[in-house]
Amino acid sequence: MNMVGIVLVSHSYELVHGLQQMLIQIQRDVPIAIAGGDEDGGLGTSALKIKNAVEEVYSDKGVVILFDLGSAFLNTELALEWIDKDKKVRIANAPLVEGAYGAVVQSGCGGTVEEVLRAAERAKQLNKVPSL
Amino acid sequence: MIQVEHVVKWIQLTHQKIVATKDKLTELDQAIGDGDHGINLARGLDAAIQNLSPDESKEDLGEVFQKIGMALIAKVGGASGALYGSAFVHMAKVCKGKKLISLAELAQVIEAGAMGIKARGRAEVGDKTMLDIWQPLADYLNEHIEKVSWEKVQQFLFEQMEKTKELVAKKGRAAFLESRSIGHLDPGAVSSTYLFIALCETLDRGE
Repeated sequence: MNMVGIVLVSHSYELVHGLQQMLIQIQRDVPIAIAGGDEDGGLGTSALKIKNAVEEVYSDKGVVILFDLGSAFLNTELALEWIDKDKKVRIANAPLVEGAYGAVVQSGCGGTVEEVLRAAERAKQLNKVPSL
Repeated sequence: MIQVEHVVKWIQLTHQKIVATKDKLTELDQAIGDGDHGINLARGLDAAIQNLSPDESKEDLGEVFQKIGMALIAKVGGASGALYGSAFVHMAKVCKGKKLISLAELAQVIEAGAMGIKARGRAEVGDKTMLDIWQPLADYLNEHIEKVSWEKVQQFLFEQMEKTKELVAKKGRAAFLESRSIGHLDPGAVSSTYLFIALCETLDRGE
């Protein structure tokens, strides 16, 4: 079964590599690619790495991208300009860790790209410290 | 008239200036940014120059600007790479197929670059970004295109750069500092000033 691919974008390779390990443990069948660090392996984001990560996990089910901070968004938008406009690729307006968790669970249930996007963005409303 | 060899000289001269002021740019960026602006920009401009082979005379301005833009996107990294890169890619679009452009067209090219920065960064003039150099310069050139004094343009650029000191940052890491960003020059505006000072010097000498 095809599942929506998840791409994790961060300034730090270690950060998204660690997150990827966590998510694989939750859902081993969901395709997850990472784009962490700049092209020389330092801290930063790379539009080219993001484009490659999207292509790595793309299927006709589509891809949802989650990112960490600031320039990660600029470079993600840039990467999408180099990808066929007809492809179903969405950028989630969501916190990286919680959003990716929601997205991976939804993708593993066979959700559509819009459902996975919504699952990721719901993480914005998440009450991390529940009131007693 | 401006042609490919001017653009090549312009970028080489910019690279020299950025390398010479790398530490100053980094210091400015440590105050209100990520602290890597000088180093990253020097690396990106170096890559842009390497990409322009000596046989570039066969290429048009559109192709040259496109190459520079892609090198900056790939090698500067971060927000400034995406922003400078987008500026040059937009400049490439309006120069497509052209071997030379007039001064009036140059003003339009810089205007196109400013639009690229605006679109990519969702920034407006006054947000304390590199746009606070690009947009006023495009306006200034459009206004004075009949008789441009490159010396006066340089003076204008430094005035615009100084003005960013009093602005509150609305974009990037600096935005988190809110009013504490006042009193610092914007590093992107400073590097853009050097970029265009290099352009003034290139055109002043080479026409």
